[in-house]
Amino acid sequence: MTYLIPVIILGVCGLLAAVLLTVAAKVFYVEVDERVEKISSSLPQANCGACGFAGCADYADAIVNNGAPTNLCRPGGADAAGKIAEILGTAAAEVVPMTAVVHCNGNCEATQTAFEFDGVQSCKAVKRFYGGNGLCKYGCIGLGDCAAVCERDAIVIRNGLAVVLPELCGACGQCAEACPNKLISIRPKTSKVDVLCSSGANGKQTKLSCKNGCIGCKICEKKCPVGAITVNDNHASIDYTKCTGCGACADACPAKAIHKN
Amino acid sequence: MKSMMIILLSAMLTDNFVLSKFMGICPFLGVSKKLDSASGMGIAVTFVMICATAVTYPIHHGLLVPNGLEYFDTVVFILVIALFVQLVETALKKTIPSLYKSLGVYLPLITTNCAVLGVTVLNIDNGYSFIQSLVNALGAGLGFMLALVIFSGVRRKLEYADIPETFKGVPATLIAASIVSVSFMGFSGLFN
Repeated sequence: MTYLIPVIILGVCGLLAAVLLTVAAKVFYVEVDERVEKISSSLPQANCGACGFAGCADYADAIVNNGAPTNLCRPGGADAAGKIAEILGTAAAEVVPMTAVVHCNGNCEATQTAFEFDGVQSCKAVKRFYGGNGLCKYGCIGLGDCAAVCERDAIVIRNGLAVVLPELCGACGQCAEACPNKLISIRPKTSKVDVLCSSGANGKQTKLSCKNGCIGCKICEKKCPVGAITVNDNHASIDYTKCTGCGACADACPAKAIHKN
Repeated sequence: MKSMMIILLSAMLTDNFVLSKFMGICPFLGVSKKLDSASGMGIAVTFVMICATAVTYPIHHGLLVPNGLEYFDTVVFILVIALFVQLVETALKKTIPSLYKSLGVYLPLITTNCAVLGVTVLNIDNGYSFIQSLVNALGAGLGFMLALVIFSGVRRKLEYADIPETFKGVPATLIAASIVSVSFMGFSGLFN
């Protein structure tokens, strides 16, 4: 009996609560567009926020109620866009598969650390300590803040440098957020050319700190037939909406800072 | 009547649950960014506190004590609190969807808000009568709301303040919270 009474009391309390809640759920029932739930369940449920909404459910809500574009889900890609279009009964919007790229090639052979950092082993912490422990203050710190936030294990630290594995990358952009040097950007998977340096220092300083750095010589600007590459802030950057992937810039680059994939 | 006022005011000011007892810090930091969501959260917590007290008091004295099950308090109280949080949640979703959205995850988190469980347990521990318990719950809820509302004002100022990079965000918020808490210490000794 001593054991039975607590069980009975708790059971009755729980039952009463359940009944009350059921009644409340009926009284306060909010009609939800069934398409919202269907779309929400067809999304990858990564809740990564790459679409610009607060999560998969929020995005689904925005599609149905505010007419948000159906091709914003990066991890879901064409699959998700197709399913959403099917639910909404519209034509599937085109989806360009994207991937993240680390714009730095400062591996262990190319550059060194300026000092040993004994604090918390995270890029953010190192960055706050005299701007980082690398010779180059703009490059990859290599402690893997980006790899830590990646839910698909698509980033590995190889030879002191973060490397994105495009076949695993969902292009959610969380690594780009996490990188204190803002080295990671999202570009179309099909693009052939990448500038692998983000140094803001002048050519001489860059060369002194890293063998693979962009010296900002602007040869690529002149060689590009479509004007897709520009040198800003002492390093080249590519406008992927114009780039045709011809690779003229990569061939011409004297510092070998531009790579063809 | 006088003792009621003392219970009410001491629960609100001298023994403020957030700033003196340090209960319910999670919503205190999480929902105090905007004044309207802070006051909405305050009202929701006050409601849950009063309802939970109104139910847990008779349960404790009518059901648990006669059966010698005082040790069962926490479990049953949490159940009751969860029930009322769910009720508030469904009701808010229907009646004030905008507030429901701005409270977000903090609304279901009231369930595990130790301030709510704290009120119900302290009512029993202090040996309050039913009316006294309700007054204490009301005072605790109002005190919670007061702390949130005051702190939302502080945080608005904090947004514009020129803070060193390292202290931006949570560290500055925590320091501001401690200063607000110290200011509430000034109320101690108000009642004897």
